[in-house]
Amino acid sequence: MRREQLITALLFLLFLALPAGTYLTGTQSINGLLTRIVIFAIAAISLDFIMGHGGLISFGHAGFFGVGGYVVAILAFHDTEQSRFLGLLQGTNSLVWSLPAAILVGGAVALPIGFLSLKTRGMSFVMITLAFAQMLFFFFTSLSIYGADDGLSMKTRNVLFNLNLQDDAVFYYVSLIALLGYAFLCHRALNSRFGMVLHGSRDSERRILAVGISVFPYRLVAFVFSAMGASLAGALFANLVQYASPDMLRWSVSGEIMAIVILGGTRSLVGPVLGSALFVGSETLCKSFTDHWGLLLGLILVGAMIFTREGILHALTGAQSR
Amino acid sequence: MVLILEQILNGVQLGVTLFLISAGLTLVLGIMGLVNLAHGSLFMIGAYAAATVAARTGSFLAAIAAAVIAAAAAGFFMESIFRTLYEKPHLNQLLATFGLVLVFNDGVSIVWGRPPLFMTIPKVLSGSIEIFPTVFYPAYRFAIILAGLVLSIVLYFCIQKTRIGMLIRAGATNPEMLSALGVNIRQLYTVVFCAGALLAGLAGALIGPLISVQIGMGENVLILAFAAIIVGGIGSIRGAMVGALLIGGADTLTRSFASDFLRTFLIPSTADNVGGVISSVVPYLIMAAVLLWRPQGLFSRV
Repeated sequence: MRREQLITALLFLLFLALPAGTYLTGTQSINGLLTRIVIFAIAAISLDFIMGHGGLISFGHAGFFGVGGYVVAILAFHDTEQSRFLGLLQGTNSLVWSLPAAILVGGAVALPIGFLSLKTRGMSFVMITLAFAQMLFFFFTSLSIYGADDGLSMKTRNVLFNLNLQDDAVFYYVSLIALLGYAFLCHRALNSRFGMVLHGSRDSERRILAVGISVFPYRLVAFVFSAMGASLAGALFANLVQYASPDMLRWSVSGEIMAIVILGGTRSLVGPVLGSALFVGSETLCKSFTDHWGLLLGLILVGAMIFTREGILHALTGAQSR
Repeated sequence: MVLILEQILNGVQLGVTLFLISAGLTLVLGIMGLVNLAHGSLFMIGAYAAATVAARTGSFLAAIAAAVIAAAAAGFFMESIFRTLYEKPHLNQLLATFGLVLVFNDGVSIVWGRPPLFMTIPKVLSGSIEIFPTVFYPAYRFAIILAGLVLSIVLYFCIQKTRIGMLIRAGATNPEMLSALGVNIRQLYTVVFCAGALLAGLAGALIGPLISVQIGMGENVLILAFAAIIVGGIGSIRGAMVGALLIGGADTLTRSFASDFLRTFLIPSTADNVGGVISSVVPYLIMAAVLLWRPQGLFSRV
């Protein structure tokens, strides 16, 4: 445990100092990549919240990731067009409005999906969350006012006070604050009574029932909270690339987020961050010299699943969790 | 009226195709507890093998044979990888199947390239047939329906009346007990997996001439097949059949009629938009309705 805290502290300092380092070495161009790592770390932490801690394997996180992205892009679209969403709601280009909106809409979408999906267990849950995410994917591809297959691009990133978010380093810090905020909330939730019930329901649903607690509401809240995290990540991602498209909702994105969690190490808040750095970093590196990143990633995944049981974090700390 | 009949038949045709994919998926899931995301890749392999052989030899039967052999071989290869994973957590298995999807997709793009392949309908079946007086329907689609129905009867017979079928049913109910009774369950896994792969490959070959054969073609079908087996109940062949027909029918009918229907009271452009949205979500709404009503699926014995 102590080693994990050490890694957390080192990682925190590293992430805090990185953009400064890029200025000193003249490699500011990688700030976008660093932001991407931070954003996928948020998505991975949110998935680990229900998957690692709740024992619910959701394969639909790309759906909520995409919803978050689309909320930001649609609000920005109505702001530029000076039109109203469904004739009612004004658009906005302010991060103060669009980020909470994305999180809330993500949670609102997750509520019915979670309510239905949580009626099943285990592998059925995997398929159902995947199917609902695919439904969201088709939903957005058929929205022709918002670009359908082509997606919706944003003229600029959102505005936040007087900060220049167009600068990658500034946007990086905004994303990092979001990561820390979400991770802090997860940490508090997991160390509360709520977290204990969630862990208990993962290890033995029957015992939790015997204690007199109904697990369903806890699981539903965890599912919605997790989806909100994914929407937050999606909202930041749309801002980063100034674009929201159905590609964000592809089921392979769900697989990638899951791969980040597993490669990094589940049931810790640092594992997903390490996983994201490894995954996004090597993705960018490989894509620069080969078109067949998919083949490489696939082989790595299959190999890692066969030969390892735990992610990098557990390899580093030497912890033997079950 | 004629149009409705035609679309119903199209729905049945999609349904039997989905059934060929769902059958293997539901058995593998029921017996091995494995959600095989790479099952769609077997469908894709079948279609590619068929398209290639059809273009080389011109023989449709040879194409079907090639698809079946290629898919079964790919299935055997996949199963030999999963064999090392049965003791691992479900999450590892799931992610390994996801890894295989990426490997197969990129592998296909290396071998065949990215542009889609096209397969022609065999000459004998290229025309239309008169299924009812004055009602014509493409012969090839009709042949798919017949082939699907024949195959499902054969499959039903194999599962209900043969020894191996008995073992499969027993495995779907309680694998531990079956292996305690001295049945080599690993061998049964291999047989079931390859049979499922074979059916998926066959579906790919049959559907090849109707759509373009391209990378990722299996994935959308796979997710519809997931919806079908959730509706039908995991591990049940009969459930997979009913689920596939229901999902396939609903998908086809809403796709062709939703916007027309909405045009009667909405302006055309809005109607097309809303119709597109409706037809894309209907299969999942059916799934949601079944989940609310019977979370274990229509035909599950659990």
